[in-house]
Amino acid sequence: MTIRVELPAHLQKLAQTGREVMVDVEGVPTIRLVLDALEDHYPVLRGTIRDHVTQQRRAFLRFFACELDLSHDAPDTPLPDAVARGAEPFMIVGAIAGG
Amino acid sequence: MSGVRVLVGTKKGAFILSADGKRQKWDVSGPHFGGWEMYHLKGSPVDPNRIYASQSNGWFGQVIQRSDDGGKTWQAAGNKFAYDGPTGTHQWYDGTPHPWEFKRVWHLEPSLTDPDTVYAGVEDAAFFKSTDGAQTWTELPGLRNNSTGSKWQPGAGGLCLHTILLDPTNPDRIFIAISAAGAFRTDDGAKSWKPITKGLYSKYLPEPTAEIGHCVHHIAHHRSRPGVLFMQKHWDVMRSDNAGDEWTKVSGNLPTDFGFVIDVHAHEPDTIFVVPIKSDSEHYPPDGALRVYRSKTGGHEWEPMTSGLPQNDCYVNVLRDAMAVDALDDCGIYFGTTGGQVYASADGGNRWNAIVHDLPAVLSVEVQTLP
Repeated sequence: MTIRVELPAHLQKLAQTGREVMVDVEGVPTIRLVLDALEDHYPVLRGTIRDHVTQQRRAFLRFFACELDLSHDAPDTPLPDAVARGAEPFMIVGAIAGG
Repeated sequence: MSGVRVLVGTKKGAFILSADGKRQKWDVSGPHFGGWEMYHLKGSPVDPNRIYASQSNGWFGQVIQRSDDGGKTWQAAGNKFAYDGPTGTHQWYDGTPHPWEFKRVWHLEPSLTDPDTVYAGVEDAAFFKSTDGAQTWTELPGLRNNSTGSKWQPGAGGLCLHTILLDPTNPDRIFIAISAAGAFRTDDGAKSWKPITKGLYSKYLPEPTAEIGHCVHHIAHHRSRPGVLFMQKHWDVMRSDNAGDEWTKVSGNLPTDFGFVIDVHAHEPDTIFVVPIKSDSEHYPPDGALRVYRSKTGGHEWEPMTSGLPQNDCYVNVLRDAMAVDALDDCGIYFGTTGGQVYASADGGNRWNAIVHDLPAVLSVEVQTLP
């Protein structure tokens, strides 16, 4: 199943890609599976979205899809059907904070 | 003709300033990694085309970059800095136990002999090593597991390992400094470390001469005399003639001995440079005048260098890793400010010029002397 993922600007530059990338996930897509697939395809993103060791989402990043904030969902929660069908993107968003 | 390459890390990207040996006309390249905090960049002394860079920010964490062509192009390297084994706790600002948490790399120190070997000093304080050109990192846990580790407490900038000095005469000897734990030395290739703080006095500690807790801002030495160390502490400029076993105060006639940077002339081991800062809460030069103080006697006697530096209404700071020297003759000295200027002197500190005026706040300055 192909999932659309939107990246924030800094990660687009780091991964040398555009705003939206496609990743293939086997089975029911979840946040964990999408991020696993994203990091497999773009290893440079490892550690920039979730911690290398704890796998916790970095504090100033949020996960949105279908006008929902999925940031606090358990990582194995199935993503909305519209994301699974490719109708809507899974969005990784940098917080408007500081700097 | 030989030349120099000045590697500048700022709050919003990296810049590379290049000149020939006259050091009069400069080419400015950057920003590299715009929008990211570039805490430190440093080139390999063995292969000047190999440069390592620490790239981080609060949103996306730590990235390590590597260049193999002198900073023209870059490749992201490994960024997994995992502590080795149980992390235990250090002290938080209020004295309560706090677990070790990796935040960023403050300093990268390439090996003196192998371009693929590089050390990293990180926050929360720990010492890492890579032997594959920064692709993978391994903690050398002897430092963090030092018997004093549970007493370490962060300074205002965090519990950061910011200074790494390699001894060119003894590969097993390394000096490091941590704010605000103090200074440490290993004589067995980083297996074990001992505090080297005898002689330091810090009035903000309940026991001012305690072994742990001194806010060491920077340490420097001359390659020809690596056992003679010069330290800019929070307050006090210090000197040790026995590899840190004992320190003596050499602040002498400085207008204030608070500051962050200290460095040693490339050809005169007893000529040292500091930039006095007014106080620990007023992080700007005294009297609004930016002055580099030079001692040709290894401390005690200091003379202000003012030519070409702003002497009115200047309220910038010069951070701990933001001074460096080149190895040309005359020795060049460089420093960067939080106001975005990078100043250079091509004559041992007598006269200064701003290479650039308006960069983001400068975090670090290193210089490569090119053949």
